[in-house]
Amino acid sequence: MSDAILSTDALTKKFGAITACNDVSINLIPGEVHAIIGPNGAGKSTLIAQICGSLKPTSGTVEFLGQDVTGLSARERSRNGLGRTFQISALVLEDTVLQNAMLGVLGTTGNPWKFFRPILKDKQLRQSAEDCLSQVGLSEYLQKRTAELSHGQRRQLEIGMALTLSPKAFIMDEPMAGLGYEGSMQLTEILRELKKQAPILLVEHDMDAVFSLADRVSVLVNGKVITTGTVDEIRNDRAVREAYLGQDA
Amino acid sequence: MIRERYVNLCLLLLLVAVPLWAHFSDEPFTITLMTRVVIYALAAVGLNIALGLGGLVSLGHAIFFGLGGYAMGILAFHAQTYTPISEWPFLLNGTKSMPIIWLVAIVVSAAAGLIVGALSLRTTGVYFIMITLAFAQMFFYFSISWSNYGGEDGLSIYLRNDFPGLNTLDPIQFYSICFALLVVALLFTSLLMHSAFGLALNAARQSVERVETVGLDATRLKLVAFVLSGMLTGLAGALFADLNRFVSPSMFSWQLSGEIMVFVIIGGVGRLFGPVVGAIVFVLLEHWLGGISDYWHVYFGMLLLCIVLFSRGGLIGMICGRKEVNV
Ligand SMILES: Nc1ncnc2c1ncn2[C@@H]1O[C@H](COP(=O)(O)OP(=O)(O)O)[C@@H](O)[C@H]1O
Ligand SMILES: [Mg+2]
Repeated sequence: MSDAILSTDALTKKFGAITACNDVSINLIPGEVHAIIGPNGAGKSTLIAQICGSLKPTSGTVEFLGQDVTGLSARERSRNGLGRTFQISALVLEDTVLQNAMLGVLGTTGNPWKFFRPILKDKQLRQSAEDCLSQVGLSEYLQKRTAELSHGQRRQLEIGMALTLSPKAFIMDEPMAGLGYEGSMQLTEILRELKKQAPILLVEHDMDAVFSLADRVSVLVNGKVITTGTVDEIRNDRAVREAYLGQDA
Repeated sequence: MIRERYVNLCLLLLLVAVPLWAHFSDEPFTITLMTRVVIYALAAVGLNIALGLGGLVSLGHAIFFGLGGYAMGILAFHAQTYTPISEWPFLLNGTKSMPIIWLVAIVVSAAAGLIVGALSLRTTGVYFIMITLAFAQMFFYFSISWSNYGGEDGLSIYLRNDFPGLNTLDPIQFYSICFALLVVALLFTSLLMHSAFGLALNAARQSVERVETVGLDATRLKLVAFVLSGMLTGLAGALFADLNRFVSPSMFSWQLSGEIMVFVIIGGVGRLFGPVVGAIVFVLLEHWLGGISDYWHVYFGMLLLCIVLFSRGGLIGMICGRKEVNV
């Protein structure tokens, strides 16, 4: 599809004898949530890491905004507007929530080579950071040390960090991981809002969240995409039920 | 817990009051002791930028201390012997002017910081420590073999260098110069900590992944921190050489790198006034314990161990608690 914002072409990653990602061609089109599901060890994180540039594919390419980005570093892809969240939060724990968000804004729009002016006095930067945090429901915790946040709040901040990039696409690796029912519901609503800003490639274990958010679902098993379809199609797909949903089908 | 800024203020007052008292009660030795404190503190303020803010455990900061020292030594040596440093491609003479010497010390340190930093930052962790140490040893052995400037014996400078309008041989006046430079360095560090660069560097220390994901270059941030850090330590080296009117390869020694790091650790890594506290404690203990026993390093080592074991934030951390977050 030519109007895809992001696409992979025959992406393959081998770790020695293991093929963690096998000939994967998927894409993300404007306005959608494209969920990737699959059992543990299916290669979801490996796929995300290659899309985001922290892992080099053995073969295949990644295209983002019409440009082949396979050779670009993770940092360069972020700068181009790829907003990634990590399965295991990567946050600056000693800093406040606001400082984390300001770091994000600084990274994309700001200039880190200012040595004298207090950054918290930079109204514009601060405003953008606060806006992002309010979108993920963290407005009350601006001054809280990130290390003191609950697990769920950290997940929210993780998404807030991606937002600060004003991304053209979100890439989220299990944003609901470890959240309880309440937390998942809350985050699902947040993602529903975010989708209006940029399409989301969503790796997620939580089937309720996936089925309520996703426009398309791809099923990954042993590194291979076995099928892609709408939520209803996936729900009723025999192969999927056997390979993955088997336990509750 | 006492607020950190009040503790800092008290420390500054101490650094003003003690030398003044010593001046009026005619105790020049105390002033000299305090001058060493202030110069060591400045060297450690430099290291604190790399170590405390950037998380770079450099065991090679003697490189900058030594370069600052030799910048002073070489410039002043040529000035006192009326010989040019070089005649080609252009005539380069020595100088006895402190400001020029400082400038040279800072520029040379920055250049060395850029090269050593760029090469060392390809590694992390223990390898980074070892490679910075190795670089310092290179400078050490080079200085020993550089016979033009005294080799192993070092270089003596007969008269302290000049500062416009001051008599630098008067202990209190030389102290004032060093103290003023320390205050400027502290001010600079304080601004740095709260700046955009400080925020990014602080994040780079804690999570390279995060910094790269927001589109910043963690290695470049750390390299700049390393260079700035070296510049301050280099300036301290020039002052130290001027205090003693003597430079020798020992300014490049690994022991010196270790001592500078000890100042930072005693006082509190990443704390603005940590290096000041560390330098005060070190010089005083060296003075007192050194008077009691030749093996004072052993006692000092035990004390250091206690501080490291029982307080993660050094002495400042013990007194003021955890570092406040900026609001
Ligand atoms: N760095 C690595 N080295 C070797 N094998 C790896 C590495 N990373 C992942 N794998 C293997 O690749 C497969 C896919 O892992 P991963 O992408 O983390 O799965 P998922 O995120 O779907 O649970 C697993 O079998 C895992 O053991
Ligand atoms: Mg995973």
